[in-house]
Amino acid sequence: MEYSEKVMEHFVNPHNVGKIDDADGVGEVGNAKCGDIMKMYLKIDDGIITDVKFNTYGCASAIATSSMATDLIKGQPISEALKLTNKAVVEALDGLPAVKIHCSVLAEQAIKAAVRDYYDKNGIEYDEAQFHFNEAHEHGVEE
Amino acid sequence: MKVYADNAATTKISDTALNAMMPCYKEIYGNPSSLHSVGQEAFHAVRDARAQIAEILNCKADEIYFTSGGSESDNWAIKGTAELMAKKGKKHIISTKFEHHAVLHTLKYLERRGFEITLLDVYENGIIRLDDLKNAIREDTALVTVMFANNEIGSVQPIREIGAICREKGVLFHTDAVQAVGHLPIDIEKDNIDMLSLSGHKFHGPKGVGALYCKNGIRLPNLIEGGAQERNRRAGTENVPGVVGMAAALKEAADHLEENSAKLTEIRNRVIDGLLKIPCSRVNGDRVQRLPGNVSMCFEGVEGESLLLYLDMVGIQASSGSACTSGSLDPSHVLLSIGLPHEVAHGSLRLSFCEDNTLEQADYIIEQVPPIIKRLRDMSPLWERLQKERGNV
Repeated sequence: MEYSEKVMEHFVNPHNVGKIDDADGVGEVGNAKCGDIMKMYLKIDDGIITDVKFNTYGCASAIATSSMATDLIKGQPISEALKLTNKAVVEALDGLPAVKIHCSVLAEQAIKAAVRDYYDKNGIEYDEAQFHFNEAHEHGVEE
Repeated sequence: MKVYADNAATTKISDTALNAMMPCYKEIYGNPSSLHSVGQEAFHAVRDARAQIAEILNCKADEIYFTSGGSESDNWAIKGTAELMAKKGKKHIISTKFEHHAVLHTLKYLERRGFEITLLDVYENGIIRLDDLKNAIREDTALVTVMFANNEIGSVQPIREIGAICREKGVLFHTDAVQAVGHLPIDIEKDNIDMLSLSGHKFHGPKGVGALYCKNGIRLPNLIEGGAQERNRRAGTENVPGVVGMAAALKEAADHLEENSAKLTEIRNRVIDGLLKIPCSRVNGDRVQRLPGNVSMCFEGVEGESLLLYLDMVGIQASSGSACTSGSLDPSHVLLSIGLPHEVAHGSLRLSFCEDNTLEQADYIIEQVPPIIKRLRDMSPLWERLQKERGNV
């Protein structure tokens, strides 16, 4: 197993690490049993993600995908952020080892969870199907 | 500073071993089965290596069978004994929950073929209880296989007592001693061992070579059919440089066993005591009945792979039993077997030392690990949650 230079770059010096105390939306996905948890904080202004921070417990690919995903949605409209797929994040990182692809799913889900939290807090209506995902991501484990 | 602390994975070959091997490539390149002089030289080299290993382990030379390594030896001993004993209607095998996969997966293979497997508990300190073993042995028990020392948490089993119980009950006893040979005193006769697996590269010998000790009288089925090598039981031209290098490495390890052990114990204890100062950390495995060079610890709220990659960046090479490093979705079965919850097992770190390591390196580790743990905890939502639950925020 080998990580790309891009992955190592984002793992060693991850971008957007931290919390936003007055975040407009917060999403947390993953679980301790699987060994990865990602928590995403969004600051939203007029439908635009003006700031984003994350906290991640997990392996190098979990940290690198968090970093890359936050880079990709910063400054973007919510509609664009919701379109972000784990595949796009993996491509931006020049790939991940096959056994690590499941880690990248968390980043996509964390963004969606944070946006949903923003919608819920602000009474914005949305299509539930848009946020449908399996909490246990691709680990397929119980809990 | 560079610190290679992954000697349980593999060791650097020693100069002694390498120097012993080189003539086997350049001058003594004959086939030991050939009758001409170059062949005979190779024959003598293999014979001497076998005798030397036998002397160190206290068994007979013709009880040593050269193999490709620990996994092959384990497979042969267990599958072979199973086949042998099944003919007598004995299809029950006793082992432990935290064996190496070379043993556990072999037992799974046999289970699918109608054998019944009992895996003994290893409790929190990673050591079986002799009463559990006594109670598990039955009329139809074919084999007891218990590892000498655990590769991840370093706990050492009471092998001599286990062997004595097996002798008394008339059950064959195999031990996977891959982590123990060259590191712990072993006396095959006194330790009541019937079969023992070892691997050259765990004690500064070459990779791809190992041995199985099998007591005379146990007629293990042949592993590889073909030529007459290894008393007809494992055919194929001998790995002459490999067995010569392995024997030289083992001799060196055996000659320095006590001083190495004392040095490693000091390094090990210093690292454990130093790293235990990190809050929410723990040692895995028994602190006394332990391989002299093994440190296995868990740090809550961090994930092992991230930890070891950050350590690599400051020159420290270690290993972890987290899911992400075990190549599966679960953390190491060894850490789960001693009762650790998944989330604690994910934060494991194994440092395994050899006599080339120093106390200065131990101090360097003690200095480098805490800031990395802090950095990972600072960005860990799990750590944040644990702190809240414990009222620390």
